[in-house]
Amino acid sequence: MADIYLDNNATTKVDHEVVDVMIPYFLEQYGNPSSIHKFADGVARGLKNARQQVQALIGCEHDSEIIFTSCGTESNSTALLSAIKAQPNKKEIITTTVEHPAILSLCEHLEKEGYTIHRLPVDKAGRLNIESYKKLLSDQVAIVSIMWANNETGTIFPVAEMAELAHAAGVMFHTDAVQAVGKIPMMLQDTKIDMLSLSGHKLHAPKGIGVLYLRRGTRYRPLLRGGHQERGRRAGTENSASIVGLGKACELALNYIEYENTTVKEMRDRLEKGITESIPHCFVTGDLYNRLPNTTDIAFEYIEGESILMLLNKAGIAASSGSACTSGSLEPSHVMRAMDIPYTAAHGTIRFSFSRYNTMAEVDAVLEVMPSIVKTLRKLSPYWDGDGPVANPEQAFAPTYA
Amino acid sequence: MWDYSDKVKEHFFNPKNAGAVADANATGEVGSISCGDALRLTLKVDDDSEIILEAGFQTFGCGSAIASSSVLTEMIIGMTIDDALKVTNQDIAAQLEGLPPEKMHCSVMGREALQAAIANYRGEVWKDDHEEGALICKCFAIDAVMIEEMVWANKLRTVEDVTNFTKAGGGCAACHEDIEAILEKVLAEKGEKFDPTAAPVAQPEKLTAVKGPMTNLQRIKKIEEVLESLRPSLLADGGDVELVEVIGNTAYVNMTGACNGCQMAAMTIAGIQQRLMEVMGEFIKVVPASEMSKLAQIEVA
Repeated sequence: MADIYLDNNATTKVDHEVVDVMIPYFLEQYGNPSSIHKFADGVARGLKNARQQVQALIGCEHDSEIIFTSCGTESNSTALLSAIKAQPNKKEIITTTVEHPAILSLCEHLEKEGYTIHRLPVDKAGRLNIESYKKLLSDQVAIVSIMWANNETGTIFPVAEMAELAHAAGVMFHTDAVQAVGKIPMMLQDTKIDMLSLSGHKLHAPKGIGVLYLRRGTRYRPLLRGGHQERGRRAGTENSASIVGLGKACELALNYIEYENTTVKEMRDRLEKGITESIPHCFVTGDLYNRLPNTTDIAFEYIEGESILMLLNKAGIAASSGSACTSGSLEPSHVMRAMDIPYTAAHGTIRFSFSRYNTMAEVDAVLEVMPSIVKTLRKLSPYWDGDGPVANPEQAFAPTYA
Repeated sequence: MWDYSDKVKEHFFNPKNAGAVADANATGEVGSISCGDALRLTLKVDDDSEIILEAGFQTFGCGSAIASSSVLTEMIIGMTIDDALKVTNQDIAAQLEGLPPEKMHCSVMGREALQAAIANYRGEVWKDDHEEGALICKCFAIDAVMIEEMVWANKLRTVEDVTNFTKAGGGCAACHEDIEAILEKVLAEKGEKFDPTAAPVAQPEKLTAVKGPMTNLQRIKKIEEVLESLRPSLLADGGDVELVEVIGNTAYVNMTGACNGCQMAAMTIAGIQQRLMEVMGEFIKVVPASEMSKLAQIEVA
């Protein structure tokens, strides 16, 4: 069997149809969209078409609410920095402990500059407490930034409800939706969400293209000034080929949204069920009843994630892990820590994330090798003895901190 | 994914001496489960000769942690415990044909497990003597705790000071923002304020820049002088550098000791080159001596 890609929350394969629509913008319509000659006369039309394709996928009211950026991170930074620049008297930001580093690192930085950052905690299933959120909303808050779906566990947050609450309190609301767009249906015009970030490479468009949705009338300050592009809201010559590609990818995502929530979900469920039934001492993390259809994050106790990934990779299977070692940091994933997953399990979490390119045969192939991979590593583990964990694992093996 | 050497992969996929030694008389348990690496090393030591007859490991950890544990057991079987204590973490890393800088702590864990096991055999209590912080300088593998300690101990005030005392920040310079943050934090604890334009506390040994074109002999002497000034910090890491030949503005060097085979050797060479250019005021290219044979071939052709 060919290699199996189950790391679609990290990035996706570019759809062939997307590549096809992009090529003319490299080889024929390569003119600067601002130029008046035949090398550019089709570009503006291509960009407008793409804007409408994005609009259709996220269900916003106007295509002019779409600002093309270079990536999800740029969209996130633009949103937060715009909100604080436009409202210099407001010195508080509300977010969560489980956001992507694109939000968390920026907030840490703003904290050093004197901002108060409220990080909403999550419970053991990765859920937020809406009551404590309500208490934080005030006229001191410049912006609320809550991810639509978590990249590691797939847990979905009630952003529509939270945006309503923010709106009622007169507070701007942003959502980092890079994992949600294209995987679950959305209709932004029916919500009070003011800004939303999405990223092309998470939905079969190329890397290096993103979108900031900006509700008409939302007070805004650009991150990049220097040109009239994107109506002066994001200067810099348009990445026309990638914009057109992203448009096509959005059109395809909309066509496949039902498939994503039926067939893709069935594959995910089958893998999850198969693994948890055949392997002892493993469990699924996050909110099992409120998740993206393509994601499962499974903690394998008493073994470490990078080792699992290396053995999976040897078997031709690509996934990812929340262990410290895969990132070279000293702590396991902040998402696992926020959910209070014990260290012996947090380091052994493996995320399998599907796309419409996966097949049931691939699921079976993973189920075939997974038990022996876990067994091999448990044989090496000081927490494991024979067929089960040692009695009182935390006491039986308590190494000197080194 | 990490760029692991073939040797690391070999030991990870086919670990040697996995599991506990049945009738072990020495056990060392080190690591930190919060960091995701922990190791139990069990040894069977012959009481008369003090030779390690058997060694076994049980490791919770990543690919390089398992490989480090495996290669360590191979290295120490047959050694006396006195000889085994001389095994450094660089020895372990070298045996694995190098480890990525973020993973050097895996080799440190191996050495510490060995020390702990031997202490246990001798009825002593092993004390961990270092604390590990977040990796700041990836070029020279220097962590936050090390930088903080040096800032405290030597009253450092600027990024340049930190580079002079720890090497951190002396390579690609991408970590300078992080180093400034550490300086801000430590100086605030001391009631001082970080000033990026402050004069360095301790000037590194001043080597006067040479003006004007140099003869080859002058150039070689000057290069030797600069290498001499850098030698202490290389020796501190168990490595060394040797000047082999100077042709025009190209200096051919041999990286020896721990530098040999270390994946950071290229960074070290870049650092040496940078220093040479600063002092000599001219462009100098530093190249591993192994490249000389290629040059000879070009000349013949």
